[in-house]
Amino acid sequence: MASQDIIARSATTTPAPSVRNQEAVAKLIDTTKCIGCKACQVACSEWNELRDEVGHNHGTYDNPQDLTAESWTLMRFTEHETDAGNLEWLIRKDGCMHCAEPGCLAACPSPGAIIKHANGIVDFDQDHCIGCGYCITGCPFNIPRISQKDHKAYKCTLCSDRVAVGLEPACVKTCPTGAIVFGSKEDMKTHAAERIVDLKSRGFDNAGLYDPEGVGGTHVMYVLHHADTPKIYAGLPENPAISPLVGLWKGISKPLGLLAMGAAVLAGFFHYVRIGPNRTEEDEHPDVPDTSVHQVDPAVHTFDPRGEGRP
Amino acid sequence: MSNKTILRYTANQRTNHWLVAILFFMAGLSGLALFHPSIFWLTHLFGGGPWTRILHPFMGVLMFVLFLGLVFRFWRSNFFIDNDWKWLRRIDRVLVNDEETVPAVGKYNAGQKLLFWTLLLCMLGLLFTGLVIWRAYFSAYFGITTIRWAMLLHALAGFVLILSIIIHIYAGLWIKGSVDAMLHGWVSRAWAKKHHELWYREVTREQAPERPTTKKG
Repeated sequence: MASQDIIARSATTTPAPSVRNQEAVAKLIDTTKCIGCKACQVACSEWNELRDEVGHNHGTYDNPQDLTAESWTLMRFTEHETDAGNLEWLIRKDGCMHCAEPGCLAACPSPGAIIKHANGIVDFDQDHCIGCGYCITGCPFNIPRISQKDHKAYKCTLCSDRVAVGLEPACVKTCPTGAIVFGSKEDMKTHAAERIVDLKSRGFDNAGLYDPEGVGGTHVMYVLHHADTPKIYAGLPENPAISPLVGLWKGISKPLGLLAMGAAVLAGFFHYVRIGPNRTEEDEHPDVPDTSVHQVDPAVHTFDPRGEGRP
Repeated sequence: MSNKTILRYTANQRTNHWLVAILFFMAGLSGLALFHPSIFWLTHLFGGGPWTRILHPFMGVLMFVLFLGLVFRFWRSNFFIDNDWKWLRRIDRVLVNDEETVPAVGKYNAGQKLLFWTLLLCMLGLLFTGLVIWRAYFSAYFGITTIRWAMLLHALAGFVLILSIIIHIYAGLWIKGSVDAMLHGWVSRAWAKKHHELWYREVTREQAPERPTTKKG
């Protein structure tokens, strides 16, 4: 895949190919333009050949109820009452955010099962996936899902196959209101800035771009009418970052742990070399009889438990 | 003909110990494979990454169950006595094979007892955190923060366990006669007296009960 250099690879400790400068891409989801038609969900299923189970109505418009291994994107609907008492219907297209610093990639133990392309797309290679679910543990956005059919992890690929040949992701192509747009990350930021100016002029004083710094920025960004409170959009995290627990688990502690184990083995070896084994001198108690003698004639009590000459 | 006349471990105890040891190596190597990328190749010992992921928890649970057998067999011998604390203060002499001034200990010395309780703690920790992160069956019942803590603690407990076993194995190689004791069961009187004198006195008294002895403890 020369058109999409892999610049980061899970469970790999040496640098990835990184001399070519490829432009970062981004998908911009404008929640203020979204009408909740779910065409993006359908387009995603179609392009990726996914057919999730037809679910049940759980009392909301969300269908399916949650992301699954076969539903990589999902409209999440929130009925939000503003301070002024107005009802706002907040609809957020959920899915992988394609973090610049992906928690899934940091957590994955299988070399090459999670890769990051030079254009920013974070992709799972199910062929290398071992199904441990560490990516779920590492993800700050609760996105990856393990399939119960094949025990592999799945999520949005940002249509890496389409992007590689110069097409936009399927959800972008299908969106009827232009709420989802795709291009270079810089262009998307510019586009978002224009949208935010427009929103502010219409009374959304807190309108803003969601491109969280804690994960190095994302290659899927949101325009939010209430960027000061992302939580109200079905729990979009305020300051997402790789959890310190995951950082500690996957960070410096493991090389140090390996080093300590190696050092313990070496310490043992050199203790043996310098101090030597601890042998028992069997003849240091000459009055301990040979057992065979003892058994030949039990009447002769040469056997003496105090044989060490103790007073 | 052997001068090894004291039975230190019965056949059942030895079998139990070595079953735990075998499972420790299997669970340990498969766990290490997922511990750090540099040793991911260990997954090949178990048939690849997915098989390692599938087998590791089962091997771990089996190891725990068998380890419980060792706990029930040996826990009474692992309570600390006064001499153990004195022994620990003399650890520097023990380490240089100079045992003249080292106090007599029972069936296990303080190092072995510490190992016993450390292993028990690690095994319990590994079991409970392991269940939490067992994605196929149990992870769905726990929140993400619990799972993250469990991941971290599982790695930590595994690390402490492996480190303890490295020490345990080395101690066996260093103190000649102890590997034999666990393989064949028997130790010599000299060995028992040198390394576990209080235990030696106990068992030799049992062996010759008919002898009127006036010796004090």
